Amino acid sequence: MALLSYSIRRILMLIPVLLGMSIVVFSIIRAIPGDPALTILGEKASAQALADLREALGLNHPWYIQYFDYLKQIITGDLGVSLHSGASIAKEIGPYLAATAELTIFSMCFAIIIGVNAGIISAWKQNSWFDYIAMLIALIGVSMPIFWLGLMEQWLFAQELKWLPSVGRDNSRDPIQAITHFYIVDAMLAGRWDQFREVVEHLILPGIALGTIPMAIIARITRSSMLEVMRADYVRTARAKGMAQFGVVYKHALKNALIPVLTVIGLQTGLLLGGAVLTETIFGWPGVGRYIFTAIGNRDYPVIQSGILVIATIFVLINLLVDLLYAYIDPRIKYR
Amino acid sequence: MAEVNVQSVPLKQTDEQIISPWREAWRTLRKNKLALVGMGIIVFFVLVAILAPLLAPYPYDVGDLKMKNQPPSEEHWFGTDYNGRDVLSRVIYGARISLWVGTFAVIGSVVVGTILGLLSGYYGRWVDTLISRIFDIMLAFPSILLAIAIVAILGPSLQNALLAIAVINIPTFGRLVRSRVLSLKEEEFVMAARAIGMKDSRILLQHILPNSMAPIIVTGTLGIATAIIEAAALGFLGLGAQAPEPEWGKMLSDSRQYIQKAPWTVIFPGLSIMLTVLGFNLIGDGLRDALDPRMKN
Repeated sequence: MALLSYSIRRILMLIPVLLGMSIVVFSIIRAIPGDPALTILGEKASAQALADLREALGLNHPWYIQYFDYLKQIITGDLGVSLHSGASIAKEIGPYLAATAELTIFSMCFAIIIGVNAGIISAWKQNSWFDYIAMLIALIGVSMPIFWLGLMEQWLFAQELKWLPSVGRDNSRDPIQAITHFYIVDAMLAGRWDQFREVVEHLILPGIALGTIPMAIIARITRSSMLEVMRADYVRTARAKGMAQFGVVYKHALKNALIPVLTVIGLQTGLLLGGAVLTETIFGWPGVGRYIFTAIGNRDYPVIQSGILVIATIFVLINLLVDLLYAYIDPRIKYR
Repeated sequence: MAEVNVQSVPLKQTDEQIISPWREAWRTLRKNKLALVGMGIIVFFVLVAILAPLLAPYPYDVGDLKMKNQPPSEEHWFGTDYNGRDVLSRVIYGARISLWVGTFAVIGSVVVGTILGLLSGYYGRWVDTLISRIFDIMLAFPSILLAIAIVAILGPSLQNALLAIAVINIPTFGRLVRSRVLSLKEEEFVMAARAIGMKDSRILLQHILPNSMAPIIVTGTLGIATAIIEAAALGFLGLGAQAPEPEWGKMLSDSRQYIQKAPWTVIFPGLSIMLTVLGFNLIGDGLRDALDPRMKN
């Protein structure tokens, strides 16, 4: 019961945050100094074009009416119309979202698999050469500007060594038939294993660039959390009973050490969505980050607004999920 | 007479207590080799930034087009870029921009965040609710996206990038100070100060703020590292420093199309960002171990 009431309270807390987010995003156009229509269309725009745009964006009405119209619009799932393409953003954004989701999930898997295992082994073999090297890499990893790492990867592995493709999601001469827009899934649905391989190859470089910082952070947190747990009584008991070291580490200690790691994973997934703007720009990845970045260049403010709103909403929902999962795993949370 | 005695004795004691933990922290920090490496890196870059006009062998904004994309040589240690400009000179001047933006953005976030955190933690009620909700909303956005939104409103420039970075990091410090205030408020010395009729402003500034300094310094140092990466990211996206400013992130995006022909134009600015950020991270980690008694073994 406590879990249920905690969940309800936690979900209700979302309402003011989502409203606040809508105000921030709504303000993006309105806060432009001077005439937003003039900023969007440029100095050479005719008076008629300016008036039309003001009308289309609803800039002629008082701000509170504009805000309520905007709120009504986004609640019904209408994300506005792109000034650049003239298409509905809600429709247009789908494939971009899928591309970003695929990249983010891939990066997170990379970060978790490498990060958690490196952290465990570092803690297990504390002060060994593996520990020192892993923690040195983690230290450099958290200080790494991902856009630079991306460029270096592109240069070394794509251009010099020609091991992996440097841009895009698939082979442009043999494009994927998009069904779900998750290309890994689409290639499997089509039974095209050659395409599946292409898609994975395209994911590797951007995935590693995006996943490096979370990997480093997860490795450090896992290590310190494991070190703490390994000193606990029940771990000593397990050892005293003669349980094999591997079983103690991976069965007893890991379960409890993962609790703080879980929060970090949740937080990092959100940050990945932000980092996607940079990674997608470098690797020509057709995701939401690049969609927003292109929109900034085109002064396509409705796309900037809706793109940011969609990513922030996903970020908030991921954090909700992590909090609920956390409460489920760690019973102490609910009674706070 | 009795009152005078009561007041003077505890004052003397707190004086000693304020000094000794800092000294102790410094002693711990000096023993931390990684923190010393970090300090070495930062001192190096600060010196480079201050002495830039003396150290840079060439001007950062004028190049010789006949000498474009030259590999590292005796005349040009880091090679030349697509405009024939000396990469070393640009990296040297770039240190000024990155350190300046990182430091001042964090100072801005610390000042505003501390004030808001003190107010919301000390006064509670609606002040706390309002400020905390604003923080929640700001933290609902991935920080770099919020920065991009702010720059999209104000227009791309180095100043606006600095402002955006300062704004997005306010909640980090605000929440930190608020939580410190909430626990310090219940401490006996704060209650005693209140009992003798001390004004709120004096309690906040003389008792609560000094006792919150340690975590602010640690988070602030790590915050400079983040701010430098964020500034470089905005510069890389063309939303920060504008040409011909030798900002490291901007240098990366300008040179990336020549990466195959002239990789040095991308390697050195990126390496400089990484080293500076690493330096601040090492000092921050060291300070945390030195200032946070819970981390001591």
